[in-house]
Amino acid sequence: MGKIGSPKELQSYREGLAKKRSDSKKVVAVCCGTGCNASGARKVAAAFAEELEKQGLGEQVELRPTGCHGFCERGTLVLMHPEETLYQRVKPEDVAEIVSKTVAKGEVLEKHVYDDPVTGEKHVKEHEIPFYKHQNRLILGKNGAIDPTKIDDYVALGGYGALSKALSMGPERVLDEVKRANVRGRGGGGFPAGRKWETCRNAPADKRYVICNADEGDPGAFMDRSVLEGNPHAVIEGMIIGAYTVGSDEGYVYVRHEYPLAVERLTIALEQAREKGFLGKDILGTGFSFDIKINRGGGAFVCGESTALMTSIEGKVGEPRAKHIHTVVAGLWGKPTNLNNVETWANIPLVIEKGADWYTSIGTKGSPGTKIFSLVGKVNNTGLVEAPMGMTLRQIIFDIGGGIPKGGAFKAVQTGGPSGGCLPAEKLDIPVDFDTLVEQGSMMGSGGMIVMDDRTCMVDVAKYFLGFLKFESCGKCTTCREGTRRLHELVTEIAEGRGTPETIALIEELAETVKEGSLCALGTTAVNPVRSTLQFFRDEYLAHVNEKRCPAGVCKALITYEITDACTGCMVCKKRCPEGVISGDKKQKHVIDAKKCIKCGICRDVCKFDAVRVY
Amino acid sequence: MTVKFKIDGVSVEAAEGASVLDVARRYGFEIPSLCHHEAVTPYGACRLCLVEIAKGGRKKLTTCCNYEVLEGISVVTDTPEIRRHRAMVLELILAEAPDAEPVRRLAAEYGVRTTRFPAKPKGEAGEKRDCILCGLCVRVCSEIVEANALTFNGRGEKRGVGTPYHEASDQCIGCASCASVCPTGCIEVKDTADAREIWGRKFGVVRCESCGAPFMTEAHRDRAVADGPLPAEYFKTCPACKRKALSGRFAAVGA
Ligand code: SF4
Ligand code: SF4
Ligand code: SF4
Ligand code: SF4
Ligand code: SF4
Ligand code: FES
Ligand code: FES
Repeated sequence: MGKIGSPKELQSYREGLAKKRSDSKKVVAVCCGTGCNASGARKVAAAFAEELEKQGLGEQVELRPTGCHGFCERGTLVLMHPEETLYQRVKPEDVAEIVSKTVAKGEVLEKHVYDDPVTGEKHVKEHEIPFYKHQNRLILGKNGAIDPTKIDDYVALGGYGALSKALSMGPERVLDEVKRANVRGRGGGGFPAGRKWETCRNAPADKRYVICNADEGDPGAFMDRSVLEGNPHAVIEGMIIGAYTVGSDEGYVYVRHEYPLAVERLTIALEQAREKGFLGKDILGTGFSFDIKINRGGGAFVCGESTALMTSIEGKVGEPRAKHIHTVVAGLWGKPTNLNNVETWANIPLVIEKGADWYTSIGTKGSPGTKIFSLVGKVNNTGLVEAPMGMTLRQIIFDIGGGIPKGGAFKAVQTGGPSGGCLPAEKLDIPVDFDTLVEQGSMMGSGGMIVMDDRTCMVDVAKYFLGFLKFESCGKCTTCREGTRRLHELVTEIAEGRGTPETIALIEELAETVKEGSLCALGTTAVNPVRSTLQFFRDEYLAHVNEKRCPAGVCKALITYEITDACTGCMVCKKRCPEGVISGDKKQKHVIDAKKCIKCGICRDVCKFDAVRVY
Repeated sequence: MTVKFKIDGVSVEAAEGASVLDVARRYGFEIPSLCHHEAVTPYGACRLCLVEIAKGGRKKLTTCCNYEVLEGISVVTDTPEIRRHRAMVLELILAEAPDAEPVRRLAAEYGVRTTRFPAKPKGEAGEKRDCILCGLCVRVCSEIVEANALTFNGRGEKRGVGTPYHEASDQCIGCASCASVCPTGCIEVKDTADAREIWGRKFGVVRCESCGAPFMTEAHRDRAVADGPLPAEYFKTCPACKRKALSGRFAAVGA
């Protein structure tokens, strides 16, 4: 069917689709997100196509390649409806058996079932797995039910219903709903989207723009990518509603250069939305017109900053400028511009469809709704996690994340990406929402969450992130360009045992100026890692400075490796030491030549008897 | 439209669109700056013009060169906190550009005589370390001269300023406006009897038919003629001789 000309036509079109898509139909959903693709998802999907055909099931069973299910470390994931059986780490060679036994006969194949690394329990169904059980996947949940290259999948699940509803409500009421829902920007500062929209709408102009920021630059973060890849229409629908509300006829999605699959899926989705008449002229016969272009970012971290992003779309070098006049008033090409990030836009259809009252019943008063986190680091279950705002760090890290691997102890969690703060164990019970995190010296950022265990040195962590930020600083303003590199120098001095109490004092003094004096958020937040670690892990800095000791055994200049009496003389470390500086006979205690040891840590990692000590 | 607001408690007025820094200076308030020039777009790079601005009950530290005046705001130009931050910024700049005399002078005004940060090492060829990346040269060349011969290259600590790829630029006309606006005087202009060297390019010069002194580069003249409205004849004599000729005419009229 071509263009859908009215809300009514959309309704009957959807009903037609729903009939074909009954709940009892068998579906094999193969995750083909970037993570699973890396472990061969496309081949798995191809094998399913072939096997289903071969075994004569092609007609009864629908094969659905989908976007990311969030549990990429267990990829390739295969989810089978209606039973909701989840198989993990599926390889192409497993497919024939899965089709003949599970798909055809409903037999469960133990070897593909998820086994909990913490309890050892097996869980067959997706919603039973702790990683999923404790989440509330309002946004991500749809990824498993949609083939992102098929707009009909989205429409069948109610997609573009919110748009249709919004168009009948009129812009004022839509705005009111978004404001009452108190949707806060998921891209960083948590600024209320409704207020932004209102300012943009009221700014006098002959032209307005809406932008979707998909320039996700935090290392290890991929929530925006997964939403765009898995459910692009949710983002598009949100943008159309936003454009209708602020009075815009042109929108941009600024996508990171490194996200080819997201660009591919988005391109297809835009094309299909145009065909169906959700984009372009006279949308759903209401006279409202709007279209979206894709802009591919150059890859600089700073381009995620809104003013830099806009200069970049204008074709100039992406460099931030002062925001004394807000971009909602004078943004892209000097026109009022409403920018939100991927996740924020994806929330909008939900708000309109189900209403502000429903939305605010999830999450906390100040931060309604859910937030997607990228949970990584020293935690058993890594992946994308969507949790209601207000869930505690402990629930996220231990209930969903399954805690610290290999019996390690939790030491810190960094929230908010490279310029977030590191919070210690005492803070595990704080609710995760925009305001609490800032109060605690960290931030929500775009939702990065890096868990660190007791083998992590916090001085080293501060050094690492300052190194990243000084590299990504655009260099425009003195405090950030010179400030971050000097902070990095100073922290390096401490890590290398050259620090003094004055070094710490100078770091604190300088950090304040960098925070207060920098032009854009990259600079003003760049100090968070060093400030928070100094606040919560000061003893560790003092040990480096006063005792020239790295308590976590990380900073090479300050540590020594030694083999203890627990050594059984198994000779493994001796074989693996890259410098050949371990000596000892079979069944004899081994010895490290401390002078020649390069402190690579391999011996400690390979020793099965925990006999290598570092101090 | 005029806008009324306060600077250090004094009521001031300014036209809409003016920057707080320009207005403050007009009223005699002293605020340091290294990257600002009234003739070009504010940039906010050096961070020295940090002041405190209260707007609708909310106070915050901000640079004022790029802050447009607003009705009812209240600007404070000098507090111990502001001085502390400016001093720190100067310490940072001093380490980055230890050879820049004007920076040293300004730093001394803030009691900064040495910097606690290791000075940037000297270049291999012993080049001076005096560029503070204020971007004035880039802005003057693009906004005033409209030659767009200069650009920033590299990011973060690798940032530098110059012609693209450090190659002699076709766009440059050798006007030396960049050098004259540079706050640290770090752009080298070599003028000899018949040539000017700047940014790695050599320009022939135009000599005054009347006094014989060189007064502009040939490239500069050619562009001026091409862009009109003055005829080539106009560029045969130097401004000084033109003034003399003009005043001579008035003298004749007056006699
Ligand atoms: S704070 Fe950093 S990234 Fe932002 S403008 Fe200044 S130098 Fe560039
Ligand atoms: S690996 Fe461990 S137990 Fe084996 S020789 Fe080395 S220190 Fe001893
Ligand atoms: S730390 Fe590395 S170099 Fe040192 S003894 Fe162990 S394996 Fe060898
Ligand atoms: S001398 Fe060249 S680089 Fe300098 S302002 Fe003139 S045209 Fe631009
Ligand atoms: S050369 Fe001079 S004007 Fe240009 S950026 Fe450097 S200090 Fe500023
Ligand atoms: S890509 Fe498959 S779970 Fe993330
Ligand atoms: S003069 Fe304002 S930042 Fe340089």
